[in-house]
Amino acid sequence: MLRFLLRRVTLILPTFVGVTLLSFLLIHLVPGDPIEVRTGERGITPERLAVMRHAMGLDRPLWQQFLGYESQVLHGDLGTSIITQQPVWHEFTALFPATIELSVCAILFAIAVGVPLGVIAAVRRGSAFDYGLMGLSVTGASMPIFWWGLMMILVFSVALGWTPVSGRISDAFYVEPWSGFMLIDAWFSDDRGAVASAASHLILPTIVLGTIPLATIARMTRSSMLEVLGEDYIRTARAKGLGSLRVVVVHALRNALIPVVTVIGLQVGTLLGGAILTETIFSWPGIGHWLVESIQRRDYPVLQGGTLLVASLVMLVNLGVDLAYGVLNPRIRR
Amino acid sequence: MKTPIVAACAVALAALVGAGAAQAKTLVYCSEGSPENFNPMINTTGTTFDANKPVYNQLVQFRLGTTEVEPALAESWDITEDGKVFVFHLRKNVQWHSNKLFKPTRPFNADDVIFSFGRQYDEANPYHKVSGGDYEYWGDMEMPSLIDKIEKLDDYTVKFTLKKPNAPFLADMAMDFAAIQSKEYADALLKAGKPELIDQQPIGTGPFEFVVYQKDTTIRYRRFDGFWGPKAKLDALVFAITKDPAVRLAKLRANECQVMSYPNPADLPSIKADPKLQLLSQPGLNIGYLALNVTKKPFDDVRVRRAMNMAIDKKAIITAVYQGAGQAAKNLIPPTMWGYNDAIEDFPYDPAEAKNLLAAAGYPNGFETDLWAMPVQRPYNPDARRMAELMQADLAKIGVKAKIVSYEWGEYRKRMAAGEDQTGLLGWTGDNGDPDNFFVPLAGCAAARPGGGNEAKWCNKEFDDLINKAATLPSQAERAKLYQQAQVVMHREAPFVLVAHSVVFMPMSKAVVGYKMSPLGDHRFDQVDLQ
Repeated sequence: MLRFLLRRVTLILPTFVGVTLLSFLLIHLVPGDPIEVRTGERGITPERLAVMRHAMGLDRPLWQQFLGYESQVLHGDLGTSIITQQPVWHEFTALFPATIELSVCAILFAIAVGVPLGVIAAVRRGSAFDYGLMGLSVTGASMPIFWWGLMMILVFSVALGWTPVSGRISDAFYVEPWSGFMLIDAWFSDDRGAVASAASHLILPTIVLGTIPLATIARMTRSSMLEVLGEDYIRTARAKGLGSLRVVVVHALRNALIPVVTVIGLQVGTLLGGAILTETIFSWPGIGHWLVESIQRRDYPVLQGGTLLVASLVMLVNLGVDLAYGVLNPRIRR
Repeated sequence: MKTPIVAACAVALAALVGAGAAQAKTLVYCSEGSPENFNPMINTTGTTFDANKPVYNQLVQFRLGTTEVEPALAESWDITEDGKVFVFHLRKNVQWHSNKLFKPTRPFNADDVIFSFGRQYDEANPYHKVSGGDYEYWGDMEMPSLIDKIEKLDDYTVKFTLKKPNAPFLADMAMDFAAIQSKEYADALLKAGKPELIDQQPIGTGPFEFVVYQKDTTIRYRRFDGFWGPKAKLDALVFAITKDPAVRLAKLRANECQVMSYPNPADLPSIKADPKLQLLSQPGLNIGYLALNVTKKPFDDVRVRRAMNMAIDKKAIITAVYQGAGQAAKNLIPPTMWGYNDAIEDFPYDPAEAKNLLAAAGYPNGFETDLWAMPVQRPYNPDARRMAELMQADLAKIGVKAKIVSYEWGEYRKRMAAGEDQTGLLGWTGDNGDPDNFFVPLAGCAAARPGGGNEAKWCNKEFDDLINKAATLPSQAERAKLYQQAQVVMHREAPFVLVAHSVVFMPMSKAVVGYKMSPLGDHRFDQVDLQ
């Protein structure tokens, strides 16, 4: 087990260097630098541009900038935002709980709805429900998040007035940030209305962000269930006279869930990618929102640091899933 | 930690609860973006200026809804006859805001003025380098070459000595970059070892006190009862940061905010039709133009430039690109600005005459040119690409083959300022309501250098002498005459196709009263009320 762990951790290092290099190169390949992007119609004199580029170290050769950045990161310093002058780490930790809150709700929603749907579809294989669900799940998985989000807002917030349009809590409430998770902070504030407001603000973004994972989980659960339902031990269970619900839930589902767990782990990347769009539509102040802004402003330190942190997170979760899988299935440890 | 999240997610998904706690007179403004920080000296975006307006004051200010300069932290001022010395008499008993870190012990005085300007130019000022230390507007408004010295004569008198007479200087002092910060607060923060907080937890003298900024979410202010001027009518003001204009409108319709900035032009008809909303509008202090680079052939010939002016159908552009919300331009400055020459007659749309002019200039079969179009939407040009296409079609009618070129915005600006284009679309939004702020940066000889903002690279001595002389005269009437003459010269030489001045819209709930749109495009809530 230790060897397996070591091997997986060693593989992370080149990935880490690759991610820093790629994020660094990509943003530097985009034309326009942070200074020029800000000048607008007024323009900037070449002398002043040179002074400012020098002050930011942008006049050094790219490889020097990269090595400098890499050494800075290895010393635990992600740099300071060019725009706000705040340390990247501070900004990340201030915004990250919002993304986590949304992603956790989205994945819980996807599991809570996706797994039962998949099970029912498998049990009633070939029925209208099965075909309908599989058709819907293809639609769900291929839905453009931006369009889907705006549609949900137009229907549920504007036309029906059931849900708030955007944000994390009504502007009528001010909840002192303590954990950064709005639901928790609202829970511990004295205002009961704040919890309801925070919860109601989560509904649409949760559904929008959870749609793709939901479709994937439903399909995965269905196919995995179909496989398990054909196994000998299920027939044995049935032959023993067990109730059909007990066979499906206790005997089949437990085994069918193993690949589903892996898929859920892999959804973390999808969720973080989807969060970028979902957060933009719903003005959800998380890291997705923050990264998109940093691209527009060519805020190199934020973009590089943010990408690195997100990539590290995805790597860690994948490592966790691999390890968990290693524990569950000893064959892959070799 | 997960339990409350799970529980509340369940509540959320099951209950579809609407929250609507009523609060006394809180206005929510759906703003378009996050401020960079809370110091208008080091920023250049309107979004950041708007977020600072409730908090800070300048020595003088623009009267609400106009570009007229009126007293603010300075009660009055004297200007010497040579126009080189400005003495500001400061208002007494102006109170500073307070916060957890700072309780002021004295009212505003001359030390604060000296500190705030000193911060921007004096490298020995301990705050000069704080928050990046880049004072762009200070440089852009040419303060280093204009100001000789700033002195405190006594606690309530400050003297600015200029190197040369400059009439627009007073209007410059009303601009956001000339905000006054508290020296006492700065000293306290320095002592506490946290100087950067001066630009994150601002202390000012304005009508609203800063309460808290939640990054990318909201900025909260509350009314400052110690304000020196007429007290704000709202108890609290909230900026709800909402980047997407469609979402801002949805929030406005759901009454989650009561005022929104920058609507999509396509949404204007439905906003007008909504019985719960009102739509204010005002001609913007801006100009959208096509610059004709006079240093490149064939635009070095004035006949060609006039032909270009006659070949382009501005009316069609205003309908298609501005959705009707624009006014055809015949001068560089908008008609709401003093000094506007209304006697000038715009070039008629006359392709036949344009063809004759081209033939006279030696291009009977037209020519090929590039036509640069910005990749971004700007207040003065909502869709440059579409505008370029319409112009391309118009020019084809007189035999001119225009090739549309575009670059990423930063690159576009840089290359165009370097004069790489033959013709290119761009524009301008005024900073301070003074004609000097249009003519000098857009058409003056100093700005015609490579990298300068005179995109036509047009340098005409007669024009330049007029605008430079106008800047030195103290009398507005005298200055207006010179600017009117300058507009005659510009019309004759036609270095630009002046397309339109756009109209700026502000949708808001019908419950909002007392909102005055600013010709400068900023958003102020000093005297706004909710019914």
